[in-house]
Amino acid sequence: MTKLNSLAISDNGFIFKPSTGESFTTNDMGLFIINLLKEGKSSDTIISAITDEFEVDAITAERDLYDYLDFLRAEKMID
Amino acid sequence: MNEKKLTIAITGLNNIDSPGPGVPVIRGIKDSGMNVRIIGLAYENLEPGIYMPGLVDKTYLMPFPSAGSKVFLERLEYIHEKEQLDIIIPNFDAELFLFIKYAPELLKMGIHTFLPTLEQFEERHKDNLPKFAKKYNVTVPKSKAVLTSNELADLPKEIAYPYYIKGKFYEAYKVDNYNQAVFYFNKLSSKWGLPVVVQQEIKGSEVNVIALGDGEGNTVAAVAMRKQYITDKGKAWGGITLNDEVLLEVTHRIIKETKWRGAMELEMIKTEDGEYHLIEINPRIPAWVYLAVGAGQNIPEMICQLAMGKKVKPVNNYEYGKMFIRYSWDLIGDIADFEKIIMSGEL
Repeated sequence: MTKLNSLAISDNGFIFKPSTGESFTTNDMGLFIINLLKEGKSSDTIISAITDEFEVDAITAERDLYDYLDFLRAEKMID
Repeated sequence: MNEKKLTIAITGLNNIDSPGPGVPVIRGIKDSGMNVRIIGLAYENLEPGIYMPGLVDKTYLMPFPSAGSKVFLERLEYIHEKEQLDIIIPNFDAELFLFIKYAPELLKMGIHTFLPTLEQFEERHKDNLPKFAKKYNVTVPKSKAVLTSNELADLPKEIAYPYYIKGKFYEAYKVDNYNQAVFYFNKLSSKWGLPVVVQQEIKGSEVNVIALGDGEGNTVAAVAMRKQYITDKGKAWGGITLNDEVLLEVTHRIIKETKWRGAMELEMIKTEDGEYHLIEINPRIPAWVYLAVGAGQNIPEMICQLAMGKKVKPVNNYEYGKMFIRYSWDLIGDIADFEKIIMSGEL
């Protein structure tokens, strides 16, 4: 099981990490990104999906995605 | 067919800010649906478990273990004569030595226990932890057993400030300088005796495991937990079950290699790099045992079965993300109950 798939993620953005007992909250965009990552989507696909779903341009979507990936990496939720 | 009623005596009814495990052990036994009569054994006349409605059927005051084995055994004989005890579950570090040492005598009387052997009990003492680590290949922080406060001025270089200073049985304080270290050395040695142990600080999060070994190397139960809320006494006031495979693997290995018999609590620090450092092994049920019950492993029930010579099938799964939150609650008692426990030592 990948690290991301081991997380318990609620629809309201509450994330529980069973390996450490830590919990996090995320906003709609974070939740959207996590769900696409779990589906194995590529960065380009996710950026495009963000621009479709949220009212942001591709540059902002790219920055948001990479900021979020940095956060997930720092919290050891992805490799 | 009705199961034979078991009379089970339990210590550690001190459900205070540094709680004993007695009350949650009783809750676990009662949740199991076993046919039981619960006898509370208390050392202080204000241990809350004595007065909690519906918890114990009867309580007896016990002499402190420091009063000596003769007085201790005589009191148990008296209680046994009255109650025909089947099982005793001791829950205090300070009384364990006596219960382990006299387990054969208790068994002759018909009282069953399920405790570590004396060798297992001694081997994991805080002051023996470095030897234990070497023998069983586990990582531990650098530590030293200290017999005089003068030794605090000449500690191994790894034990730099801040470090922990720990009592023989209970209590640990983080110290930042020599004066603090001497102060706590005096406090801990007068309360719990010698040696006092000083231990290198390892940075990371504290994770714990409650486990039960069958004495043949099998782990019958094991639940991992992280403290979420810690009091100024270092006690968990909230915790959550974890799915930490490495932690459980270490637990299984220690139980297998030591052939641990009975309950234990492993206290470990997990560093940022994912390394695990064993800081303490408690040879008994911890006060947070009811979390394990809530997560699907009724360890108090399993101890009763093992004590009565039954085989218990190991349980390998439990629910992750189960939480406990401790709370305080003011019971209203009656002076007549207080009078009974003081005047007759029974309630």
